[in-house]
Amino acid sequence: MAFYVVQFLTGLASAASLFLVASGLSIIFGVTRIVNFAHGAFYMIGAYIAFTLTERLSGAFGFWGSIVLAAIAVALIGVLVEMVLLRRIYHAPELFQLLATFGLTLMVEDLVVLIWGPDDLVGRRAPGFRGAIDFFGQNIPSYDLFLIGLSPVVLGILWLLFQRTRWGVLVRAATQDRDMVAALGVNQKWLFTSVFAVGVFLAALGGALQIPRDAVHHAMDLRIIVEVFVVVVIGGLGSIVGAFVAAVLVSELNAFGILIFPKISIILVFLVMAVVLIVRPWGLFGKPEAPARKTPGLTVNPWRPLTSNERLAALAALVIAATLPLFAGNYLLTVGSEIAIFVIFAVSLHFLMSVGGLASFGHAAYFGLGAYGVAFLAKMAGLPMIVCLLLGPLLGCMGAAVFGFFAVQLSGVYFAMLTLAFAQIVWSIAFQWVSVTGGDNGILGVWPEKWAASPSNFYWLALGVAALVTVALRAMVFSPFGYALRATRDSLLRTEAIGINAKRIQWTAFVIAGTTAGIGGALFAYLKGSVFPDNLGISLSVDALVMVLLGGVETVSGAVIGAIVYKALNIWLVSQTDLSKLVLGGFIMLIVVVFPKGIVGMLEMLAQRRKKASPPGSPLLAKPIESAE
Amino acid sequence: MRAKNYFVGAAFALLAGGMAHSAMAQDIKIGEINSYSLLPAFTEPYRKGWQLAVEEVNAAGGINGKKLVVISKDDGGKPADAQTAANELVSSEGVAMLTGTFLSNIGLAVSDFANQKKVFFLAAEPLTDAITWSKGNKYTFRLRPSNYMQAAMLVEAASKLPAKRWATIAPNYEYGQSAVAVFKKLMSEKRPDIQWVDEQWPPQGKIDAGPVVQAVAAANPEAILNVTFGADLVKLVREGNTRGLFKGREVVSFLTGEPEYLDPLKDETPEGWIVTGYPWYSIKTPEHDAFLKAYQAKYNDYPRLGSIVGYQTIKSAAAILAKAGSSDPEKLIAAAEGLSVPSPFGEITFRKIDHQSTLGAFVGKTALKDGKGVMVDSSYKKGADYLPGDAEVEKLRPKD
Repeated sequence: MAFYVVQFLTGLASAASLFLVASGLSIIFGVTRIVNFAHGAFYMIGAYIAFTLTERLSGAFGFWGSIVLAAIAVALIGVLVEMVLLRRIYHAPELFQLLATFGLTLMVEDLVVLIWGPDDLVGRRAPGFRGAIDFFGQNIPSYDLFLIGLSPVVLGILWLLFQRTRWGVLVRAATQDRDMVAALGVNQKWLFTSVFAVGVFLAALGGALQIPRDAVHHAMDLRIIVEVFVVVVIGGLGSIVGAFVAAVLVSELNAFGILIFPKISIILVFLVMAVVLIVRPWGLFGKPEAPARKTPGLTVNPWRPLTSNERLAALAALVIAATLPLFAGNYLLTVGSEIAIFVIFAVSLHFLMSVGGLASFGHAAYFGLGAYGVAFLAKMAGLPMIVCLLLGPLLGCMGAAVFGFFAVQLSGVYFAMLTLAFAQIVWSIAFQWVSVTGGDNGILGVWPEKWAASPSNFYWLALGVAALVTVALRAMVFSPFGYALRATRDSLLRTEAIGINAKRIQWTAFVIAGTTAGIGGALFAYLKGSVFPDNLGISLSVDALVMVLLGGVETVSGAVIGAIVYKALNIWLVSQTDLSKLVLGGFIMLIVVVFPKGIVGMLEMLAQRRKKASPPGSPLLAKPIESAE
Repeated sequence: MRAKNYFVGAAFALLAGGMAHSAMAQDIKIGEINSYSLLPAFTEPYRKGWQLAVEEVNAAGGINGKKLVVISKDDGGKPADAQTAANELVSSEGVAMLTGTFLSNIGLAVSDFANQKKVFFLAAEPLTDAITWSKGNKYTFRLRPSNYMQAAMLVEAASKLPAKRWATIAPNYEYGQSAVAVFKKLMSEKRPDIQWVDEQWPPQGKIDAGPVVQAVAAANPEAILNVTFGADLVKLVREGNTRGLFKGREVVSFLTGEPEYLDPLKDETPEGWIVTGYPWYSIKTPEHDAFLKAYQAKYNDYPRLGSIVGYQTIKSAAAILAKAGSSDPEKLIAAAEGLSVPSPFGEITFRKIDHQSTLGAFVGKTALKDGKGVMVDSSYKKGADYLPGDAEVEKLRPKD
């Protein structure tokens, strides 16, 4: 019995660390609607700075003072980031801020290694909390008890802050309806900045408090960010109590789950999230989002098919791309094939995101399923390459059909997180089912047949498929189905009012996007000759998001450019420098500030401006509509 | 869409520009790939090691008079990126062979690439048994003692312990799984009386150490096998120390004696664990002294195991290239099979039968000295003594 009590308390201690970080994220998201990918980075910087301070300052005051000082210092960094970077892009399309914080995270990962060195750092133990307390023969670390005590205190302080201060009232109001708060004359700038500072403070505090139990290292951020996001979503976005309950739920399920299934940890949080979101689409304590009253910003710049001149230009670009094998070597051709494949992948996500308004955080699942489909067919059934290429993507199609059915019942970030959960579930199956998938050692030897083996032939194959896919998806955008899909994106209520079955349209779009991603994955398997669980992992999903956002989410085919720029730059940087993350992150942040509509979005806007030689207040007109979003 | 061609052009111009720095034609080039950005704690000393080796090789006249150049690429910890890098090295840099890699899945990906493209590949670090056995191929050689060899070394010591009830803690991926599987198999062969009472599989890099420690303690084992390393190990040790998990229990642990993983533990180093590792401070052989002196003179830092791996990889590669007198992969394979080369740990041989080198490891016990973790009572275990018999290897490895 004593054991179960201690295991429960241990779970609570784990929950405490999770809650501190999650609460900060929840507040930031609730008010600013920023998907703060850099939250883990702030957590990590908090730990690093606290490590340095605790090594310098001695004594009890030194230790606890260092923890608080570190959190304050990081909060100031957060303020700087918010004012310099995020403020410029609040009016950018939804999720664009994700791109900025992603760039920041990349930079921070390299910066901490540059500043603090590559070794894992182990900090001091907390004065007064070094040992353990005996509980009927079981030891409970006293630091765990401290953490268990701390989290309700933090919860209480946050509750008081939100319920009893004017600032808290404004924060709650903004969480519920920030347009209304703005309309009532509240200075949003400073509200957002202060909220961001509080959120970052909590993240850094969470990181700093890990020093006595963890090692400080440069991958801490990724270790926590996804899990924290999951906790926030399970609890319900913007709900602090929800984050607390979710953290406890997840940690306790893990603490007791490993007693029965020792391998459960790898997937547990995602399973819980999938179940919770299917049963309660807004998380445990979340409320349904009020129907968005945004004026579809896209009507400012209505989509239209390419003019015949533009078609010729696109064709010319394709022809030029097709001449690459005449002068480029094998390496460039293979890189070209890889880029073409990523164009397919990015375009498929772009279709879902910008046409359907459904941002998937787990799109790599269908890419990877396509790759595994090919690997199974080629290695186990021994089918010829053409057949594999045609049938392999069907696995992606089936995955999308099953998961998409559940996912499209939700919307917004909940949709995104459910797709992430499904992707992680697929990933963990690929990772754990060693006898079929080879586990993380993957499936090797999936090489193309002779006719496609030469780099130039494979390049033409990839390029051809990429062009076909792009054209097909574009045609779909301007088909009746495309119009219906855009209608569901712009106004779900009106769509259903005119008799369109919105869920079925969205589901169809999801399956189309999944199958297309699967085509990319199938080609990828042959390009690399092997398939690994990485091919359906989070980082690939994030890559796809970045490509789409970089290209411009409000464009018809921006993802093509986004994929080319991001992938080419990434491959080149990784090859040229060990600090590729630093440079790439900096580049992304620069793009974000200079092209807040994405590269293609910005080019289109400039072209639009030039066209309207004397625009009677067209920029002025655009502005209020955008900010009403 | 209209802008597409400009971007394609620009992208490729950038890529082409990157290749302009190719070395002179008469140099001999080795392509090296590792997870520099993902695992700097291991790869920084590793890089120092191979840079030292390159310097020494060239100071001694290069390879048959030609200068040795190593072109190094980062794989970011992703198999797909490692293949892109391998392709660049082979197709546009024209390297004579590939070396490096840390993670097992990346090692396998590059080995499969090497097999497909018929390129010689000397895997430096990946531990998986598959790379030389079940998925072995004729183009791939491996330097470090494999999972199987390290397990066999540990079993030799562990089987002498009186403990009968064993629990295991290992990261939930191929390395952890196969380390536990081999250890269990070899251990149960030697000691049929042993019971396996619990196993914990925390996700790699994400251990929730408190509950894991508690769960293992609840099974009340007499001895524990640990396979976690890096930040997971730190967390496990800290929780285990505070909760008294290791008190009165024997612990056998993979890799923990390597400075990369032992040094961060500082004064929390648990004492008396039986570990594999690299006690650079207590190896007194002329070969190692020479290496240590050169390394410390160049870097003013002590070597980690990664330094040895990096150093020996390039030294071995240079010896293979020198013997082959050509960069033809078939000749390189012929030269490497059965080749003996000196190393800081004494002479090692690349076995013809499975292309595994006989580099060994040190087995000893952890101890605390002046607030730092060290390995004591350590002895060098030759790799050749811990490999299964030829008949068994033949069965494990597909025919070329």
